[in-house]
Amino acid sequence: MPKAILGISAFYHDSAAAIIVDGEIIAATHEERFTRTKHDANFPIKSIEYCLKEAGIRISDLDAIAFYDKPYLKFERLLETYHSFAPKGLISFLSAIPVWIKEKIFMKKMIWDDLNNLESSLLGESIKANKVPLLFPEHHLSHGASAFYPSPFKDAAIMTIDGVGEWATTTICHGQGKDIKILKELPFPHSIGLLYSAFTYYCGFKVNSGEYKLMGLAPYGIDGSEQVEKFKKATLEHLIDLKPDGSIVLNMKYFNFATGLTMCVDHLWEKIFGLPKRPEESEIDQNYMNMALAIQQVTNEIVLRLCKTAQKLTGSKNIVMAGGVALNCVANGLIVRDDTFENLWIQPAAGDAGGAVGAAYAGWHLYLDQERTINPDEADKMRGSYLGPEYSDLDVVRAARKFQAPNKKHDNFQNLCDEVSDLLAQGEVVGWFQGRAEWGPRALGNRTILGDPRHPEMQKKLNLKIKYREGFRPFAPSVIEEKCQEYFDLKGDSPYMLLIAPVQENRWKPKPEGYDDMELYEKLYHHRSDVPAITHIDYSARIQTVSKKTNPRYHQLIDTFGNKTGYGLVVNTSFNVRGEPPVLTPEDAYRCFMRTEMDYLVVNDRIFSKKDQPVWEKDSDWREEFKLD
Amino acid sequence: MGDFIKDFWGFLKVRKKFWLLPSIVVLLSLGALIFFTSGSAVAPFIYTLF
Repeated sequence: MPKAILGISAFYHDSAAAIIVDGEIIAATHEERFTRTKHDANFPIKSIEYCLKEAGIRISDLDAIAFYDKPYLKFERLLETYHSFAPKGLISFLSAIPVWIKEKIFMKKMIWDDLNNLESSLLGESIKANKVPLLFPEHHLSHGASAFYPSPFKDAAIMTIDGVGEWATTTICHGQGKDIKILKELPFPHSIGLLYSAFTYYCGFKVNSGEYKLMGLAPYGIDGSEQVEKFKKATLEHLIDLKPDGSIVLNMKYFNFATGLTMCVDHLWEKIFGLPKRPEESEIDQNYMNMALAIQQVTNEIVLRLCKTAQKLTGSKNIVMAGGVALNCVANGLIVRDDTFENLWIQPAAGDAGGAVGAAYAGWHLYLDQERTINPDEADKMRGSYLGPEYSDLDVVRAARKFQAPNKKHDNFQNLCDEVSDLLAQGEVVGWFQGRAEWGPRALGNRTILGDPRHPEMQKKLNLKIKYREGFRPFAPSVIEEKCQEYFDLKGDSPYMLLIAPVQENRWKPKPEGYDDMELYEKLYHHRSDVPAITHIDYSARIQTVSKKTNPRYHQLIDTFGNKTGYGLVVNTSFNVRGEPPVLTPEDAYRCFMRTEMDYLVVNDRIFSKKDQPVWEKDSDWREEFKLD
Repeated sequence: MGDFIKDFWGFLKVRKKFWLLPSIVVLLSLGALIFFTSGSAVAPFIYTLF
C-alpha cells in the first residue's frame, strides 16, 4: 500500500488541496478553479475530491491529513492583540470573535465533518475516517516546506515572507536533507507583507489581490525623482524602522490593521505623504505611480537585507522562498542579480494556497520521517506546476456539443502548431487550453491566452478587449528556454514566471523627448523594443522560460512560431477575464472565449474560430458575475 | 465539545497561556448566545485577523 498525505489550505483565502504519494506530488489544485469564485476560502472539497481521484486513494487510506496552520495559535494571537490594544479595536473584535467562536475554533470538527461527508458520498455509505491523523504544521513551516522540499537543493536557506501566519510574518530557516530548522522570526504586527498591503490599500487597490497591480504600477514611477525620494524617506522615517538585518518595526500609530477594519490610518498617511488615499477604480495619476515605485524600492531593500542575513545564518549558497511576498517578481529578479546566493528557487504557488503542498510535505518528511531524495535529472519536484485536472477529447466534444460549437480537429499536432502560429503572426488572439491545469497563480501555457509580442497594439487589445482590465497592466512573455538569452538578460531559468529581468539592450528603442513628463497611456503606448507587447515601461519583462521536458506541446508551439517569424516567444496571459479565476474545464474556456473578443480557441487538438460560432446570447450581464479584483 | 476542551487545555498547557482561559470562557458563552440568537456569523474581510 503506498503511503499518502493530503495537504489542505482553507478558511482564510485561496483554499487548495494537494496530495503526496510515496514522496511524489501527484496533484495540487485551487478550489477557486472549480467553484469559479476568485480566492475562494471555503473548505476545498472539490479540490480534495480531485486529488484523491488522481491518486486513486480514499480518505481512510491516507497516512495523515495536514492542515496548513495552527488555528489555536492564531486565536491566541488574535486575543493577545485585542488585549494589548484594548479598548481600541472593539468594533473589529466584535466582528471577528463571533466567526471564531461559532466556526473557526472548532476547525478540527469542521474538517472531519466535511471529509466524512465526502468519503460517505464517494462510497455511498456512512463512513467515519477520523482515525487518520490530522496534523497542523505552523503556517510558516508549511510555506518553508513548500519552498524547500520540492526544490532541487539538499541544503538551502529558506525565506518565507507574507502578511501573517499565526505569529510569524517572516522567517529564515535552514533546510538540510529532510530537516528544517527555524533560525529567525519576525513577529506580528511587524510585517513586510502587511506593509506592502497597506500601500496597496492606500493606492486604491484591493488588499490581498491588488498587490500585483501595485507591483505592475511601480515601473511607471519616475526613478530618482524628488517625489519618489520623499515617499521613501517618509516611509523609512515614519512608518517603519528598517534594521540592518532586514527586519522591520512598524510604527503602529500609522496602521489600523491590528484593531480596525482598514489597513492604515488614512489621515496620518495623508499628512506624511501629502497625498490622499486614492479612491478605488479612479484615474491613476503620477503621484500613485511614484508611491508604488517608492514602496517597491523599500521592499527590494528589505528583501535584499534579509537575504544577506539568511546567507550569514545558514552559510548556504542556495535560497528558496515562499509566502505572498515571494510573488514579488521585481524583488526576486534582484536576488538573482545580487551575488549573495548562487541559486534561487521559488514555490510556484508561493501564496497561501501553496501551504497545502507545504503541509503535505512537512507531514511526509517531519511527521512520517521519510528520507528526501533528489533526482538530478529533474529541475525540481513540481512537474512544471502542471498538477491540476486534465480533460479528454471526449470532454471537449461534449462541451462543443452543448454549445453547438463548430470546430476542427487536427490529427497532427504540428499542423495545429503551424495554424496557430500563422494566426498569432496575423495579430489574432488565441486561447490555448492543453493538458493538466496549472498550480499557482500564473498561466504557464496550459490555460493561457496567446498573442504576438511584436504586435504594436497587442497590449492594448489584450487589456481592453479580452481581459477587460486596467490598461496599464503589463503582459508577460513565454520564451523557449534555449532562446531566453537572445531576448532577456536573465541568469538561469524562470519556469514559473516569478522573475523579472531586463529585455536585452540591443532590442531597446530610444525614449522620445520628454518621456518622463508624458501621461501614463502616452508612455505606455510608446514602443520600447522590437517586442513591445511584453516590454514593460522600464524595459523589463516578467519571464516564463518554457522547457521541452515539462511542457513539450507549448514548447513546440512557440518553437514553430519562432521558425516562422524569427521570434521564439509569445505573449502569455492567464485564461480569464478580470475578477474571474483561470478557466479549468473546456466549458469554462469556451464561455470565456465567447464572452470576450478573443479570435480563436484551441482545446487539446481542436480549434474553434470565433467567426464560425453561433451568436452568444446566453448571459449579457456576465461581467457582474465576477467581482472586480 | 469534549474533544475541543481537551485539545484547548493541552494547547494552554504547552503555551503556558492560562491567563487566556477566562477570556475563552467568556467568549464561548458569548458565542453560545450568538449561536442561539442569530443567524450566520459572516466575516467581514480583514486580511490579518481571519
